[in-house]
Parts: sequence; structure tokens; C-alpha cells
Amino acid sequence: MSATLPVTLTVNGETLTRLVEPRETLADFLRRDLGLTGTHAGCEMGVCGACLVMLDGLPVHACLTFAVQAAGTEIATVEGLTESTVIADLQRAFHERNALQCGFCTPGMLIAAQGLLARLPLPSRAEIRDALSGNYCRCTGYEAIVDAIETVARRRAAGETAPRFAEEPA
Amino acid sequence: MNAPLGSLDRPNSYIGRAVTRPNAKRLLAGRGRYVTDLVLPRMLHAAFLRSPYAHARIVSIDAEAARAMPGVRLVATGADLARLCTPWVGTLDHFKGMKSAPQLPLPVEEVLWSGQAVVAVVADSRAQAEDAAEAVLVEFEELPVVADIDTAREPDADRAAAGIEDNLCFRSRLDTGGIDALFAGAAHVVEEEFHFGRHTAVTLEPRAILADWDASEGKLTVHHATQTPYQFQDLYSRHYGIPEASVRVIAPDIGGSFGMKLHVYHEDMAVVGLSMLCRRPVKYVADRMESFVSDIHARDHRVRARMAVDAEGTILAMDVDDVTAIGAFSTYPRTSAVEGNQVIRLMGAPYRFRNYRAELAVVFQNKVQTSQYRAVGHPVACAVTERLVDLAAARAGLDPATMREKNLIPDDAYPCESPTGYKFEALSHQASLIRLKALMDYDALRAEQAALRTRGIHRGIGIASFVEISNPSPAFYGIGGARISAQDGATLSVTPSGEVRCLISVTEQGQGTETIIGQIVADQFGVAREKVRVITGDTEITPHGGATWACRGAGIGGETALQAARRLRDNVLALAATILQARPGDLDLRDGLVVDALSGAERVSLAEVARIAYFRSDTLPPDARAQLSITHHYAPQGYPFAFTNGIQGCHVELDVDTGLVKVLKHWVVEDCGRIINPLLVDEQVRGGVVQGLGAAFFEECRYDDNGQLTNGSLADYLVPMACEMPDIVVGHIETPTADTALGAKGCGEAGTAAASAAALNAVNDAMAPLGASIAQIPMTPERLLKSLGKI
Ligand code: FES
Ligand code: FES
Repeated sequence: MSATLPVTLTVNGETLTRLVEPRETLADFLRRDLGLTGTHAGCEMGVCGACLVMLDGLPVHACLTFAVQAAGTEIATVEGLTESTVIADLQRAFHERNALQCGFCTPGMLIAAQGLLARLPLPSRAEIRDALSGNYCRCTGYEAIVDAIETVARRRAAGETAPRFAEEPA
Repeated sequence: MNAPLGSLDRPNSYIGRAVTRPNAKRLLAGRGRYVTDLVLPRMLHAAFLRSPYAHARIVSIDAEAARAMPGVRLVATGADLARLCTPWVGTLDHFKGMKSAPQLPLPVEEVLWSGQAVVAVVADSRAQAEDAAEAVLVEFEELPVVADIDTAREPDADRAAAGIEDNLCFRSRLDTGGIDALFAGAAHVVEEEFHFGRHTAVTLEPRAILADWDASEGKLTVHHATQTPYQFQDLYSRHYGIPEASVRVIAPDIGGSFGMKLHVYHEDMAVVGLSMLCRRPVKYVADRMESFVSDIHARDHRVRARMAVDAEGTILAMDVDDVTAIGAFSTYPRTSAVEGNQVIRLMGAPYRFRNYRAELAVVFQNKVQTSQYRAVGHPVACAVTERLVDLAAARAGLDPATMREKNLIPDDAYPCESPTGYKFEALSHQASLIRLKALMDYDALRAEQAALRTRGIHRGIGIASFVEISNPSPAFYGIGGARISAQDGATLSVTPSGEVRCLISVTEQGQGTETIIGQIVADQFGVAREKVRVITGDTEITPHGGATWACRGAGIGGETALQAARRLRDNVLALAATILQARPGDLDLRDGLVVDALSGAERVSLAEVARIAYFRSDTLPPDARAQLSITHHYAPQGYPFAFTNGIQGCHVELDVDTGLVKVLKHWVVEDCGRIINPLLVDEQVRGGVVQGLGAAFFEECRYDDNGQLTNGSLADYLVPMACEMPDIVVGHIETPTADTALGAKGCGEAGTAAASAAALNAVNDAMAPLGASIAQIPMTPERLLKSLGKI
């Protein structure tokens, strides 16, 4: 055990400074210190993808990143991406297609999908499946997730934008 | 949709409609509230020191140093918790002769598997608790490890636990008689020895529990990631001696369950005692490594089976010997014998033959306990049966589909009974097969396969019929003495604004329970779906009920909701009739309005009826009955189970040089009776199929000879990922059960039941021209190369 260190970083648009233990992961920091429990932990070894967050715009595993390593970066979690509406179309498509059951993998899936579509705007189904190869889902069997991402890719290519997801009718 | 529904299928009925899940939006926004997320004031964290040995005696425990570590509040041993908690035994009375050693939260003298929790540490943070657990010194004396199922059953074998007289937990035998003679006289006999690997549920959210003992009130509140809050309310109450009404179990959002989260786990029982000892909330979340060595495992069967067939390919008989290894204890309270029991009873279930013999041995060994996990026993029975059917077809010179056409129970033969005693009300095997062949374009696939073979491409086609057990009656657990309810209860109320609250005992783990209950209530009561709020998963709020397991949510929970909604509707119409001075029978409730039943003309709104009932009862006549809340219970009657059926097809390509199998496509036709929401049913089926394909190709808990799990991490234990899984085509036949007004049966296990069997047949089909075969799952590349004689 060692003394805590101050880190300053931006989370969901807000710059903040906190004292953290050097061994504290970014996942624990977000969940425990900031109460951002939308980021989940499923394996804590980088294989399940439940803990993905955007770090400077790219998906990273919050379980493999120490909080101190995130100093000076911009982190976006599912909560922030929901508020800023950038993933509203993905959320809507997941909802319509029932691409989630227990929802534990879902924040990570949304972030992986957002990362994929930023890199490859119109992926094939095989490319989508490939991009999800680090995201474990025990419930859905994946097909609905692939369908939802495919739909969003097409909608984005057609220039459609989605309103705030949370306020749409159920 | 092809089932007649009478009043249920008006054009605008919610029943049968693919509506989205209102409660999924919260999860999509990252606002789920899982037990893992919960924080309570003064909350402490538990960690456990685990046994490094598969079998050992505890010589001494020295916790002095650990107690002095920063943040540590309590170090508790088995003896400490045994003073609070009474032992439990995982047997059921109707499994005659079954035995198992008594269990306690933490062991007092003997550890029985590698990874068993031995000492608990409670500290201000989880990290501090883990640090201190490492500082606890336990001296173990190693004992002989029981691992092999055959040596375990020898007369002088070492025992897996001191508290049992031998390693046979349970045995069972079924025999319709004359089997040896039938086999001796059969034109063809096919036989095989099958091996089914141990696998485990690997829910993405691990097990999690937060126990909060309030000594001032004598009240225990447990936030528990479980499918069955009422079962745990009963167990915590009885084993800790707390009055039942003072125990509250809350199951909030749950990150996957699949049967794994309805068993008693030692750590979970311990956490309740730790909270009582600390008089503070104590939380424990299993990490992934702990999950692999403490969540229940499943399967682990060796089945020797044979099938007798006449010269025309008619199946005459099956003869089965199943040995399954379950760990050192039978799991509580559902036991570890149900799976084996279902294996031997489900064998051959889709087929017409009447002659059957089976022997089951359930064996103790020093590994993690096994118990019910999605599709309990079905994948084993299905794979054995379907592989033998394929072998028999080949021997009789029939195509596998033709073989099934010939032998499946005809759709007009119901009701009927299986040779193992299961009573089938109405199934649709033949229609399902016809539908599957059409969906697959079976004949074209066979032609393509033949053409590709000439080019050295090895594709295989496998099909597998199945029967699934759903909606169990009290004959399942109640009869065996387990306090596991077969009924469900719902409380329905009209709010003063004319909305509806439904508190129901079935629970939600993402399959859409709350959504379908909302559909049923809205439909049968007569309001828009948005006006119905469904609340589940809290023993303090909903009536007692069995909750969600064995695919009973829609069939039993749904019927409960239907009957409750109809009763509440009658109450509303009776009150409206009083207000309107009309006859209740002339009124109807539609879309939130009381209308004239014949003309549909609005008479008064539901909101107005509620307003009068709650705020202006002075305007009602003295004999008016303003009962706008009702509680209703429903238990299955009639058939002991609602059996469902279906068939699956699997198309694979085998790389004979690497042993890698690519699943090209998978098809399912299933008949779950009335479909309430096709969007949800299809995804239940797909998710189930992928779990079955995981078992077929990847998943296996591997142990060494010393009883050590050698692949207990998510990097080493392979689970199916998106890139390895195919698209899955799902088709439906609907044969509603006549036992209920709703007619729904279950659908959650259908996918898992037959996916591995279809895959096994497909891979064997691909290998057949090469003279190779396999009878083991998972079918790893290494095993396939061995079968092919390449290594
Ligand atoms: S928790 Fe980070 S990848 Fe699994
Ligand atoms: S929805 Fe449960 S793990 Fe993906």
C-alpha cells in the first residue's frame, strides 16, 4: 500500500482533481470515486469489454488503465455519451432491436460500436462481429447487437440524426 | 402467428406483439442498478481466503496478523459462523436414497475442493480485506483427492468428504422391461460412449450480495443478485433463525443468471452472518477468478448408450448408462441430482419407441459443486439421442431427416406419455421438422454439400429434435420437501389517476419478464401499456412466488397476471356499474375507458372511477364495493409440466488440417405455445443457442489429477464471442397449452437444449466421409484432429 497521488482529468466534460491510490484502476475510480456505475467490470483482465470507456475519443479498457495513467486525458463514459446524445442513435437501435438482455455488457458494446463506426463508417456484418471480438455477451447471442450496429451505420450514412434517447417514448 | 386466441387476439391485442422493453432504456443509459453498484452507509467489504487444496484437513488458523491490518473489522472462521447459522443438506425426499454431507457457510474441519472459501475477512475496503486475507495463515493437511468417476465408486475408494459413507450421492434406474431381448433381436444396434465437459454459467456480472443486518429492528435486508428472492428469504430466515417477515430480499438489476444464481453459495450465506457479527452492511462481489472456482458448474457426464433399430429404420429401444460427477456436496436446496435425473428421463423424448432402460449414478468428487444451469440435462439427453438417431439412420441407409420423419411422435398422437413417464399434452415435432427443412432448404444444402466434397471442402449438416421441460408444478420440488414455490402471486392496483401497478413474484434478469407481464395486464385489464407499471424482485413488496427458473415466467407468471387482471377488471366494471346505475355485464374496459360493451361508446373514464373510489366514496351507495386492489395467486394445475418442443439445424465447415470448425448458420424451429412477444422470444432462443454452441466447441472447466482447475479465468476458459457465432434463423410453431387461458409455455432453454446436439451431428456429418467420428463436447480442434487421425 502506498500514499495517494493527485490526478487531474476530464470526465464527461468536467475537469476534476482527486487523490487516488496508485493501484486504483480507472474502472474503480469511475465507479467508486465518481459514482459512474455505468462502466462495468466483468473480468478485470481486459478480455470482456464491459469496462470500455472513451479515452481521448478511443475505446480503452478501464480495468487495465490505472487512474493515475488517465491524468490529463478526457474520459467519456456511457453516462456522458448519453447526456451528449452522441450515441443516442445506437441506444435507440439497441432498444428497438432488443440488442440487450441483462444489460451488463451494454455500455461496453455501445462504446465499442461507437469506436468502430468512427473508424469504419459502413462495416460489413463480418467486420462488426470482428470489432466486437473483445466484447463478451452471455445473454443475446450477439446477432441483435450486430443488427443494431448495422442499422445505425446505414442511418448515419443516410444523414439521419437521433433525438435524445432517454426522452423518447418507450 | 397461427394459434387461435379468442378474446386474446383482438386486432389490437398486446399479446403476440413485438414491443420493446421499457426497462431496457435505463440499462442503455448506464443507469442500471446492479448489486455490484450498490453502496450503503457504513458498508463494509468481505473477502475470502480460499483453499489451495482439493481435499484437506484444516489443522489450524492463525488470523492474528490479519486482524491487525489496516481497515480490518472482522476475521471470521467456520466455527464463528457455525454459531449463528444452522447446517444445510442438499437432498430432496423424492430422490430415494440420496445423500450429501451437511454444509456450513465456511468449513470447520475439512475443505472439499480447491477454491472453497475457508476464512472471511471484513474490512473498510475490498482491497484491505483482500490484503488481510493474504495475511491469514492456515495450516492444511492434505487428504486424498477423489477425481475419477470410476475409482470413486470402487468399494474401498477414498471418500470425497468425511461426512458420507461412500461416493455415491444418488442412483436411479428406469426399465420398461425386456430390453436385452429387444437388442439381441434388432436388425441394427448402434452404440457410443459420450463425454460431456464440465462448464459453467459465466454471467457477465458475477455473483454479488449485500447483507444489511439491523439489530435495532431485528431485521435483515439482503440485496442479492438472484433469480429467486423468496427462496432466499425462506433460507436466510430458517438458517439464521430470523422471523420470515423480518427478512427482506431485494433482487435489483441482475447481470445474467441462467440458473446459476438460484443456488445457495457458501460465501453468500457467510455474508449474512458477517453482517450480523459486524452489525453493519457487508458486501461481497465475486471476482472472475472466484466465480470460476465457486459458481456452480454443470454437465460433466459420461454416457454409454445404445439404440436398437429394425431393418426399416424404426427405433425399437434405447439403453443408457449415465455417470455424472457433481463435486463433494449436493447443491442446496435444488440438489445436484436433478440434472442426471432429467438426462435419463429426457432421452429419446421426441420419438415413438416405447422400450427403455437407464441407469444413473451421481458421484461425489473433490471439485466445485454442479447444479442447475440453463437447460438442465437437456443438452446431454438431446446430444446422446440425436447422435444415436444419426448413427442408426446411417446403418439403416436413411437420410437423417427421413429417419426423423419416420420416428418422431406424430402430431396427432397426443396426449401421450414417454417411456420414462413424462406426460405430453400436445407437441408439434413433425410440423417443426417440415418447417425446419423449408427454412434450411435442406435438400439444396445436401446437394451443395455433395458438390463441395468433391472439391475437398468438408461441410456438415446436423439436425436435432428436442423436448423442453417448462412450467413445473409442485411435483418438481415441493413434493421433495424443498420450500420452492410452484405458484406465483400478483397484486394489482388501480392508482387514483387510473394507472395500474402490478407487483408480481416472477423476476427479471433481462429476458423481458416485466415487459410481457405489462403486455398481459394492459391487454386483459384494458389500458394502454404505458399506463402499467410492473414491479418485481422484492419480497417486501410482491406476494410470495416461485420467481423465474425452469422457463416459468411466461407460463405461470403470465397466467397469474392474466387472471389477476381479469379479476381487477371485474371489480372496476362492478364499481362503474354502481356509479352509472348500469349492469356490469353491459360494460367493458377498453383503453382506459369504461365503455358500453356493445356500442363501444364511452361511459366514464377509469380515472374518474378511481377518483370517486379513492376521494369521493361519500357519493357511493353504502353497499358499493370499491376494491381497486386485488392479490391473486395461480399454481399450475393439470399436467405436471408444460412440455415444449422444437428442432434445430446446424451447418458447419470443418478444416481438416487445423481441426477448426466454422459454424456457417444455425436454424431453430420452436414451439413455446402462445407467443406473448416474438421480439423477446427470438432473442431468448438466439442467446440460448449461443450458450449451446459454446458448450459444443469451447467451454470446459479443465482439472488436473490433483483437482486443480487449470483454466479458471476468462482468458483461459473460452466463451463464444461475436466473431465465432453465426446468424441464427428462428421459426415458430404455436401449440398453446390448454391448461391455462394464456396458453404460454417456456422458451428460455430451448436454444441451449439442442444446439450442441445439432453441432455434434453436423461435425460428425462433415467427418463421415473421412471415416472419423467424435462423441465428446466441447469439440476442440485438438480432439477433432485426434478423431481425424492427424495427431
Ligand atoms: S473488466 Fe475490463 S475487459 Fe473485462
Ligand atoms: S445482455 Fe447480458 S451480457 Fe450482454
